[in-house]
Amino acid sequence: MLHRPQTLDAALALLSAGDAVILAGGTDIYPALRDRPPPAEMVDLSGITGLRGIGREGDSWRIGAATTWTEILHADLPPLFDGLKLAAREVGSVQIQNAGTVAGNICNASPAADGVPAFLALEAQIEVQGPGGTRCMAVEDFIRGPRMTRLDRSELVTAIYVPDSPGQGAFLKLGARKYLVISIAMVGAVVLAEGDRIAKARVAVGSCSPVACRLRDLETALAGISARDIAKAVSAAPLPELVPIGDVRATSHYRSDAARTLITRTLLQAMEARNVA
Amino acid sequence: MSLDAPGCRISFTLNGTEVSADSPATARLSQVLREKVGAKDVKVGCDAGDCGACTVLLDGAPVCACLTAAGQAEGRRIETQAGLVARDPHGRHLARAFQRHHAAQCGICTPGMMVSAVALLRSGGALTEQVVEDALGGVLCRCTGYRSIIAAVLDTADRPAETEGGVGAVIERIDGWAKVSGAEQFGDDVSPADALTLRVIRSPFHRAAFRFGDLDEFRDAAGLALILTAADVPGENRFGVIPGFEDQPVFASDETRFKGEAVAAVVGRPDLLDAMPDFPVSWSELPSNLAPDLAVAAPLLHADRAGNVMCRGYVARGNAKAALEGAAHVAAGEFSTGFIEHAYIEPEAASACRVGDRIEVQCCTQAPYMNRDGLARILGVSPDAVRIRPTATGGGFGSKLDLTAQPFVALAAWRLGRPVRVTYSRAESIATSTKRHPSQIRMEIGTDAEGRIVGARFDGSFNTGAYASWGPTVASRVPIHASGPYLTPNYEAKSAGIHTHTAPSGAFRGFGVPQSAVAQEQLYDEMAGKLEMDRLEFRYMNSLAAGQPTVTGQVFEQGVGIRACFEALRPHWQRALREVAACNVSSRPHRRCGVGIAGGWYGCGNTSMSNPSTIRAGITADARICLHQGAVDIGQGSNTVIAQIFAEALGVAVGDIVLIGADTDITPDAGKTSASRQTFISGAAAKLCGEALRRQILRLGNVGGGAKIHLRDGVIELSENGASHSVPLPEANAQGYALEAVESYDPPTTPLDQNGQGAPYAVFGSAAQMAELEVDCELGTVRLVRITAAHDVGRAINPALAQGQIEGGVAQGIGLALMEEFLPGRTENLHDYLIPTIGDVPPISSILIEGGDPHGPYGAKGLGEHCLIPTAPAILNAITHACGARIRDLPATPDRLRAAILSLRNGGGL
Ligand SMILES: Cc1cc2nc3c(=O)[nH]c(=O)nc-3n(C[C@H](O)[C@H](O)[C@H](O)COP(=O)(O)OP(=O)(O)OC[C@H]3O[C@@H](n4cnc5c(N)ncnc54)[C@H](O)[C@@H]3O)c2cc1C
Ligand code: FES
Ligand code: FES
Repeated sequence: MLHRPQTLDAALALLSAGDAVILAGGTDIYPALRDRPPPAEMVDLSGITGLRGIGREGDSWRIGAATTWTEILHADLPPLFDGLKLAAREVGSVQIQNAGTVAGNICNASPAADGVPAFLALEAQIEVQGPGGTRCMAVEDFIRGPRMTRLDRSELVTAIYVPDSPGQGAFLKLGARKYLVISIAMVGAVVLAEGDRIAKARVAVGSCSPVACRLRDLETALAGISARDIAKAVSAAPLPELVPIGDVRATSHYRSDAARTLITRTLLQAMEARNVA
Repeated sequence: MSLDAPGCRISFTLNGTEVSADSPATARLSQVLREKVGAKDVKVGCDAGDCGACTVLLDGAPVCACLTAAGQAEGRRIETQAGLVARDPHGRHLARAFQRHHAAQCGICTPGMMVSAVALLRSGGALTEQVVEDALGGVLCRCTGYRSIIAAVLDTADRPAETEGGVGAVIERIDGWAKVSGAEQFGDDVSPADALTLRVIRSPFHRAAFRFGDLDEFRDAAGLALILTAADVPGENRFGVIPGFEDQPVFASDETRFKGEAVAAVVGRPDLLDAMPDFPVSWSELPSNLAPDLAVAAPLLHADRAGNVMCRGYVARGNAKAALEGAAHVAAGEFSTGFIEHAYIEPEAASACRVGDRIEVQCCTQAPYMNRDGLARILGVSPDAVRIRPTATGGGFGSKLDLTAQPFVALAAWRLGRPVRVTYSRAESIATSTKRHPSQIRMEIGTDAEGRIVGARFDGSFNTGAYASWGPTVASRVPIHASGPYLTPNYEAKSAGIHTHTAPSGAFRGFGVPQSAVAQEQLYDEMAGKLEMDRLEFRYMNSLAAGQPTVTGQVFEQGVGIRACFEALRPHWQRALREVAACNVSSRPHRRCGVGIAGGWYGCGNTSMSNPSTIRAGITADARICLHQGAVDIGQGSNTVIAQIFAEALGVAVGDIVLIGADTDITPDAGKTSASRQTFISGAAAKLCGEALRRQILRLGNVGGGAKIHLRDGVIELSENGASHSVPLPEANAQGYALEAVESYDPPTTPLDQNGQGAPYAVFGSAAQMAELEVDCELGTVRLVRITAAHDVGRAINPALAQGQIEGGVAQGIGLALMEEFLPGRTENLHDYLIPTIGDVPPISSILIEGGDPHGPYGAKGLGEHCLIPTAPAILNAITHACGARIRDLPATPDRLRAAILSLRNGGGL
């Protein structure tokens, strides 16, 4: 059974009533079925207009939970979001970007989700609504572990809030082929530059730990250094947050090594303030 | 609003028409479009978003129908390839452009490609290669190498395609319109509407013993029509492709020997199969061995094969040991390659109907007659009682030679007396289909002081998996080819096929030769380095020339093309060397450019074995020319090439020919589509057939050999010296033909002696390719810049088809070099098993060298497998040229390349 509620309240009522699975773009749910039939009951969010679109609310940007990657790519957003846009462009293929949603990416909580490091670098907040009302938490609090979130069965993610700030976003993904590829590692960053120096940087790495993570010590070490010295600072940093595994895509050793290169390059990309869109 | 099953109807607009379907709203939209509203132009290759074959436009935006809930389409607008070609100017334009550019080979990816391209063209933006790649990046193609697809999308002109031309003409694929218009029917597309569905129960372990519960009770409780196990096989419960090596059971009976092996099949209505509880089988996992080097001590897979050695191959000439001891320079090394999956986009599919005392099977296949004989043996009936009707085949590359799904449906339909269908899931296809043999190779080559090869020794071990399949062919082919196309006076090559508990290795474009070329061509680079010789000139100096013996002692006086290939590459090579030098001075230090080169050769047709093709043609009383062409076209173009050859020989236009087949009831045996034999062998038969029919017509009209044949309004008109008259046709025979000819061709070969000496092939084709690339030394990634491929094709019957084969082969070579490796139980989908996407194949320049051949029709040679052989070593050699690191264990994934670069630095290199 597929429910297609038109309002958030209707969706919440359906979720409270039983154990329906939330369906957005379906790009994680359907592949995960492998050869099994779909869940008996699903609540499709794609018909709820309030869950889509991007807008300004006070000091923040609000991204509706069911906003697709294609919509992110085409949205009129400041350079802060360039990293998120680059991540959007790297999600699978046009087909996947047209259907896949930002909340689906976060709620699926894959260690290789490309959106997560980009949102971490944006210090995004996740808005969750349920029978008990609305709560908000940082992305890193929301994702508890691989495939685990703080969401209750009767709750859903309604929006992602990104506090506005003047930085420049950047993102780099490393995969073994050009399109349709799961990241070996990826880095999201936001840099506030003063001339040739980093005033403030936020850096997050994915696919190198059970959950993508912010590198706060590195961020502290980066403050005040010039573009020239980024590589040195990155290679000197201990980066204990990165505990990659080895899998069919790459060895753990390679991931640790490549992550540093990617971090440096992503920061330089932000410094060069390349324009996307 | 809730969409509920049962009784729920989902309504949407399909290609402008309101339709509604009775279906659970959570079903995949692809399923509903195909099964409920007949939109079979929506293809399914993976059910996971990985292949893009199911792409449709949903309110104008491309999405994967396999990831869309049917209910999400309620009230929306869906457009598919067939609708777009029929109704949309962009769709119509693209269909024509795809035809002109030969952008559809097998055609299974074409719907996804064209639907994605329509969305791009509608967006109205500027068209660049990059934009096209981004738009089509979600659709995989395993045949074309993508370059012709990019060219087709970029081609905004609206020229008509060439439809006429004999030998040497670039004409469009004569069976191509179905592929570009959405009408083509592949294995699953022809399943009868009333067919029951079959699903296979497979081993979850690499090796296991098993016991069934009460199957009758289970069948009745689950409402199934039938359960099949080994006990239900009326004939022999085994099949295979090489006489004496038919060792694979349809259903395992004692124990299973690889993960995914079938033990039973269930047949019933699909909804009941979905709801079926766990099948009553209990497994006990047994110790298994996946590593060929441990096979000697491992449990025997087949009682009569000591040490798990399936068979060996051997070729020796002169005295290799002495020659290497006396050599001025020696290069030696060990190399390995992994399992490579064919990854055709169409998974195996078959359906069967019992017609009286005969069984008819429709399936995608490369070898209808071999399938027929194999099924007859399994069913315990005579081959005449089996009819194979091949459907369009959505890629084969060797794996659709073997029986796969056919025995299951044939057995079930035979028992039930009603049609039964099966289509493999992607996971099933990857887990159970044959693979390219993993190889472990040790090779040593030696030269004199001037750089002339004096000897080579080769020892290759090939993991043939649980069953023989084409393993014996690999074992015999490799020692014949491992010298490469070079004069090697002293030579010893050994090969062995080793059994392990993995999916069987079988035929895959090149039968082991691409693997041996990876070793041999890398050693040639190392040797050129020792000699401080230019790598091309070193190869050129050693290339076989007419009149020189191959390592089996065969001497060709004509048709030895390798020198011409290197000559053709020489200017490109020198340009590339200059460019690389300049690039490495100017660019950033971690990005290093390199260029690599490699040669290759391949004998067309079976090794030292009779492998005839027969072609039949007839002219009806109303002067229609019917060509019974049984050489299955799996995308490589045999329908077109053979028609062009036949038309040329008969002296008529291609458009005058009605193509019939393939079908074992109506086309004679044209052999299998493998070993690069169809253009050469079936082509030669088609030429003989066309000539024979021409002689009959000319005799009937009493005219000379130079007369022209015209078909006009149901009569044959002959013209000679300005005069023309029509020929009265005799009465039709029982087959409906007034005139008929049947001709066969079997290439002349001789058996090999105990040292592998003899004439194994009538024709060798050769090739040399060059790869230009850039290595990111910090990340170990490779960016290909260009591939230049020179191929000695003898004569290009249709140059566009030859180019298509080259580009497709190169793309597979890229995968072999850089990303592909099947790990049993771990990479059974198309996101863990990676093949090149549209963004991974650089521009490819093809150079066709037409040196002719005394045996091939109009001088044509085979080409299908040659294209792939030099690609991987050329890339690996270019990587070494760029960064110094040599990758001996494939694939050269970023982690392996980075590790090799680092160890080089730690060792003091660079
Ligand atoms: C071929 C292919 C390639 C891909 N490539 C990439 C890639 O390169 N990078 C990448 O990061 N991902 C990739 N993905 C994964 C996927 O596309 C993304 O994660 C996508 O963003 C998921 O969104 P969705 O809307 O399709 O999720 P769905 O499949 O609809 O849902 C995913 C999960 O999230 C839950 N959910 C969805 N929305 C909500 C909500 N609002 N509140 C609570 N729970 C919710 C669902 O219940 C489900 O558990 C790929 C997928 C495919 C099939
Ligand atoms: S079938 Fe949908 S993407 Fe492969
Ligand atoms: S033509 Fe693309 S997969 Fe065959």
